[in-house]
Amino acid sequence: MSREYALNDWYAVGDAQTLARGPRRTVLLEQEVIVSGTTDHPKVVDAEGAAYPATFKYGHVWTSLGDAPRPLFNIPEADEPGRRLVPCGVVRVKCSPLRAVENFLDIAHFPFVHTGILGSEPHTEVAPYKAEIRDDVDEVWATKISFYQPQAAKSAEAGGDTQYLYRVAAPTTAVLYKTCPPKPEAMDVIAIFVQPRTETECDVWPWMALYDETSEYAGLVQFQQEIFLQDRSILENQRPVKLPLDPKMEIPTRADLTSIAYRRWLKSKGAFYGAMTEDA
Amino acid sequence: MTQFTLYDYVLSGNCYKIRLMAGLLGVAYYTVPVDFYPGHEHRSEPMLALNPSGTLPVLVADDLVLSETQSMLGWLATTFDRSGTWYPVSDANLHAQVLQWLGFSARLTASVGAARLNAMLDWPVDVRAVRAASRKDLDELELLLTDRVFSGRTWLVGEGPTIADIACFPYAALSPDAGFEHDGYPAIRNWLYAVRSLPGFVTMPGIHPLHELREDTHDG
Repeated sequence: MSREYALNDWYAVGDAQTLARGPRRTVLLEQEVIVSGTTDHPKVVDAEGAAYPATFKYGHVWTSLGDAPRPLFNIPEADEPGRRLVPCGVVRVKCSPLRAVENFLDIAHFPFVHTGILGSEPHTEVAPYKAEIRDDVDEVWATKISFYQPQAAKSAEAGGDTQYLYRVAAPTTAVLYKTCPPKPEAMDVIAIFVQPRTETECDVWPWMALYDETSEYAGLVQFQQEIFLQDRSILENQRPVKLPLDPKMEIPTRADLTSIAYRRWLKSKGAFYGAMTEDA
Repeated sequence: MTQFTLYDYVLSGNCYKIRLMAGLLGVAYYTVPVDFYPGHEHRSEPMLALNPSGTLPVLVADDLVLSETQSMLGWLATTFDRSGTWYPVSDANLHAQVLQWLGFSARLTASVGAARLNAMLDWPVDVRAVRAASRKDLDELELLLTDRVFSGRTWLVGEGPTIADIACFPYAALSPDAGFEHDGYPAIRNWLYAVRSLPGFVTMPGIHPLHELREDTHDG
């Protein structure tokens, strides 16, 4: 039953590079799909050849398997002139798609998992911030976050306090906005588009929209891949594998406000694919 | 002063061998990131002109261009290790054993390394074959390391760490990336711990630092 809500969301299932290399045979919500075509005319079909809606946006092919897809969320920064759009490939992780998103929203692990890059000891304290479910847009937002980072981005030349905003646009899509080192008045945008293969395995497509005119493309991608792959081994070892939505299974702390709001939001919507709950 | 240039991919266990050896020897180098994934830049024309085999890493020091990690480890140790212990070429038996393990390290790359690329990046490989070979290679490493432990030794060859340990360490340490956990390999675990404890050790994604070994371990 848990697939029902998930069927009507949109998922990234390919990017320009996978299209260029020919059909990508993959799995979405336990169903085999084949992604092909061009960025102008992407095509998603199942094993029997039945076609699903397909659109190319934010560097990726998006599809939905449901009969009544909700609208695809908007990331307005993607169209801002001057930003470099950097798709970072796809990484497979044996974890719940919701665990992957929740980890992306967490700040407290930076000094321990991304040591020397996104955090460092003894700067481990997460200062109070604000997390909320915004009913008007049906999204989760976390704001007023500030954290000390030794190297906040490829373009950062020294450590410093980084401001963060988080936005959960769909159960498997999260976007973060963080201080842009070479352009302090603007914010870099980093997103993860999670393609749930099953409730306990996903393909994750990191994507960035940055102001950085100097870094080599390979350097930008590897900076992001290094960070994401540091998370991968942690994600694959989280137990229980599915994300518990009922408050008694895992005890949150103050630093987990975003996670609490995310879990509550998933529960209120019935977005249970990859979750465990007494309500399902 | 930088001593060489490394054409590098951050997630590659083979590139990490060279970063780790350089870290342990305190050798500074210049890094050129190559977009191995998703860009397949190692197969681009400029990279193939540098290294016709189309593999990473590539090490360049003046006129010297190396594309095999075993030769890079040998060159690094011979050039920068004044103690001569990392690559014991003056002792025929030790030298031969190191070469034996360098051969084994290539097997680990072909088995665990390939299984890992498949599990992580959906790299096309013969999954069944590389997973069977991974299990066999890890079992073999566990057995050989258990023998070493029974004879009171920590390292693969002789009494101290050599390039053999560094060549075999990355893919043994990264095997959980491919789903081969270390729980059933106590001898491998102890040896991985010994390598991670070496002064100058550097990490990579999937290989975490030993936080508990930090110097400032004051109470309270």
